[in-house]
Amino acid sequence: MARSNRPVSLRQAWWLLASALAASAPLTPQVPLWLSLAAGVAYTWRAAITWRQWHLPPRWLLVLLVIAGTAGVVMQYRTTMGRTPGIALLLVFLALKLLELRTARDAVVTALLCYFLVLGQFLFTQTIPTALLAGLTTLITTATLLAASDDRPQPLLQLRRAGLMLAQALPFMLLLFLLFPRVQGPLWGIPQDRFSAISGLPDTIAPGSIALLSQSDAIAFRVKFKAEVPPQSQLYWRGPVMPAFDGRSWRIRQALGAYREVPYAGRGVAVDYEVTLEPHGKFWQFALELPATLPEGVALTSDYQPVSRQPVRNRMRYTQRAWPEANAGLNESQGILRDALALPKDGNPRTRAAAASWRAQHGSDGTAILAAAENFFNQQLLIYTLNPPLLGADSVDEFLFDTRRGFCEHFASAFVFALRAAGVPARIVAGYQGGEVNPVDGYLVVRQYDAHAWTEAWIAGRGWVRIDPTAISAPSRINLNLAAAVPAGEGLPFLARGDLAWLRELRHRLDAVTNGWNQWVLGYNPQRQRDLLAGLGMKEPDWRSMTAVLSVLCGGVMLGLTIWILRNRLRVDPAFAAWRRFTARLARCGIVWQPWEGPLAFARRAAAQAPRHAQRIGEIAALYARMRYGRSPQSGDLVRLKQMIAAFRP
Amino acid sequence: MLAALRHRLHEVFVRWALRVRPPEAAPIVLTQRRVYVLPTRAGMAYGAALVVMLLGAMNYNLSLGHALVFLLAGLGVVAILHTFRNLVHLSIRPGRCEPVFAGGMVQFGLLLENRRPDARTSLRLFIDDADPVEVDIAPHASAATTLAVRATKRGWMPMPRLTIETSWPLGLIRAWSYAVPDLSCLVYPTPAEKAPPLPWSSDSARGSTRDGRGADDFSGLRKHQVADAPRHVAWKAVARQQDGPLLTKLFSGAAAQQLWLDWTALPDTVGTEERLSILARWILDADAAGLAWGLRLPTLRLAPDNGPAQRSAGLRALALHNHGAQ
Repeated sequence: MARSNRPVSLRQAWWLLASALAASAPLTPQVPLWLSLAAGVAYTWRAAITWRQWHLPPRWLLVLLVIAGTAGVVMQYRTTMGRTPGIALLLVFLALKLLELRTARDAVVTALLCYFLVLGQFLFTQTIPTALLAGLTTLITTATLLAASDDRPQPLLQLRRAGLMLAQALPFMLLLFLLFPRVQGPLWGIPQDRFSAISGLPDTIAPGSIALLSQSDAIAFRVKFKAEVPPQSQLYWRGPVMPAFDGRSWRIRQALGAYREVPYAGRGVAVDYEVTLEPHGKFWQFALELPATLPEGVALTSDYQPVSRQPVRNRMRYTQRAWPEANAGLNESQGILRDALALPKDGNPRTRAAAASWRAQHGSDGTAILAAAENFFNQQLLIYTLNPPLLGADSVDEFLFDTRRGFCEHFASAFVFALRAAGVPARIVAGYQGGEVNPVDGYLVVRQYDAHAWTEAWIAGRGWVRIDPTAISAPSRINLNLAAAVPAGEGLPFLARGDLAWLRELRHRLDAVTNGWNQWVLGYNPQRQRDLLAGLGMKEPDWRSMTAVLSVLCGGVMLGLTIWILRNRLRVDPAFAAWRRFTARLARCGIVWQPWEGPLAFARRAAAQAPRHAQRIGEIAALYARMRYGRSPQSGDLVRLKQMIAAFRP
Repeated sequence: MLAALRHRLHEVFVRWALRVRPPEAAPIVLTQRRVYVLPTRAGMAYGAALVVMLLGAMNYNLSLGHALVFLLAGLGVVAILHTFRNLVHLSIRPGRCEPVFAGGMVQFGLLLENRRPDARTSLRLFIDDADPVEVDIAPHASAATTLAVRATKRGWMPMPRLTIETSWPLGLIRAWSYAVPDLSCLVYPTPAEKAPPLPWSSDSARGSTRDGRGADDFSGLRKHQVADAPRHVAWKAVARQQDGPLLTKLFSGAAAQQLWLDWTALPDTVGTEERLSILARWILDADAAGLAWGLRLPTLRLAPDNGPAQRSAGLRALALHNHGAQ
């Protein structure tokens, strides 16, 4: 393999530099600044080596640099394991490999490192733009690989050839993507560091914490309903339930999943749907109230809050059924009811006084107290706003009696406090309310600004009853959306606003494309693969049948490509075929044409040996020579040559 | 030990691969059946990298990672096809081969013919462990190339087995084939470095007698060599100086005479090959001096003449002397 020892040419060095740049530039935001700068210096150094024909740095210096780079990464991350440190190390190696490009083997190693880094990008983002960028990097790296074995063609030709080969590889990619038996990761240690900074509902609710989310139009999850989309006012997506109150903020109870199946009876019309949940790093999932089924690996806490065993770190898809009219907790345990009545010893005296008056009036009649509380909230003329004033120590009193302006968490917090003070068990439920149907693909899209907090009260004989105190003051929030409920002029996220219809339309289209991408490309997991293959008529697709189908189809594609690639194999120059017939005839008379002999030279020799046919031989050879080497071939030449040779009988 | 085993296995494979009994009739077309394809070292590294990447994509559930790995795997398959195509259906014709002296380099000429409308790039041809010759062939064209092999023995030297390989375009896959073109090169005996002087003695003298001219003129002495005829030894001069080397008498003045390079002019102690070497040297010397010369071998007689044709004929006779018997 003498070839792998060939020194790297200048042109190859430029190619390698280009693919290293293309592969590492998208990773700049993910790695520390010093590493990007160091890589930049190394690339510049490489460019100078190539441009000015400097010497490569000595080996001892490279060894020092490798040690320094690795030490830097270890000091930065305190580990070399995991996603970001691994990528950082690859960047260090790539940058230094460029400084020791000596032979073709180094060039191949560098190109492979670039492919690895393309994969590395996907650890951070897998959007359509990322895919396009990765495609470009793959093209450049493939052209580099081409240049590593033959660096003569011009760069554009090289790119074209790389593009052609990648295009021919596409059918294989599609088949493998669809049919290669998928395995649900992780294969070994759970990648802990994925999705460390993602937005979603917090696990405590204090005044202002949901208002913060209302500024984000990031997507929380998408829902595909089997049948019609239920009315907006029914779309309560139940998330974390928060019964614990410390005087200011509400928090979830650290309870493990208690139920594998829902502990209440179904009632009314069931709603079937499929959720594609964006990763949010927490354990809980979102289900339309009240969940009737639980997906694989999901349990229901004693608060009827669906939680999964693992934090939601990947986009996940699950189908679920809801009973919007079900009653839960008819026989609720005493412990839970006690928790749902707990209040701090003091604080918010005015609310406590109002609650005491309801209690005095209605005794233990929960329904009546509930009505009194709703009536009270209605009379206070509370204003629903994104920008509530800051509240002091007695936050409930201040909200209900002084400022009277708040967001959903203010309403829910005050309402639960009042009910508990009046002796009715109550708690806060956080989640999302509403959502918007994308007319392009029919998916209901729930965004972060749809985050909401509402309340549940426990009434003897009815179980837990949902009351949304926000709806008392701002019914349009529930029946329409956020934009309809808040006063005009308040800063809303772009997509939450009602005006700018054309922008919304555009965004809807983009979102439908993204959703399609998420559903079919990124969300193509073992489950979806089985569904698709079953839909295509494969009975019980398992890895064996998939591999068999895959092999057959790949073989077919390969055969097709082979035929296409070798399509010209039988096309022999007809003039040459005629010439061979002619020489074969002469060979029978002992005049053997040698392949290296030109036609005219052969004719002279043959004429000398067979003077009787000298003229015919000369004519044929002259015609043939003109057809092969002449400047202007004529249309009838071939026919004439064939006729002359057919008539030639030595 | 391992290397020897590998070599043995390789030989067995080649014998199986060639199948047809060499040498093969021209033109040799490298059909699909005789083009072999395996990954190169870079190709194996590429495959290993893909496996690692696939594991990473699985562990992190990266759909695009799967897509990338599958695309690159497809690229590998496409590379196989392209590399295979770069070599398959190439036709090889034997070309010219100029005779050389044993010990020199035979330049086997080959004509590579590309009947496809696409170029063939970076084909490497080599014999055994020699450095490969790299050839590109334009669409519908042919390219002439020569492969050098050291000639060891006089006579007809058949072209050894030729390996033709390519790893274009990606360097990940190597396609190769073997061929034994029907091409032989005439190898003349190595001209002796030390040879007796041109044999002007008895035969020449006889010739000169026939021509009616005077006897040779004595022109000097030189150190005796094994091949010198005993009767040319200057016995008187040897006797004069004690312990001195044997001396041979040199004669000149035969320029106008015909020169016979005679097999029997050399003493019987000289072996066949050495004898042919000396005769070859004589032919070269005589030719360089522009003399007309004849050649007498036990089985062949070449009439005196001069010029390149005579030289070729003489050397050819020496090269093929008793060749069939070997």
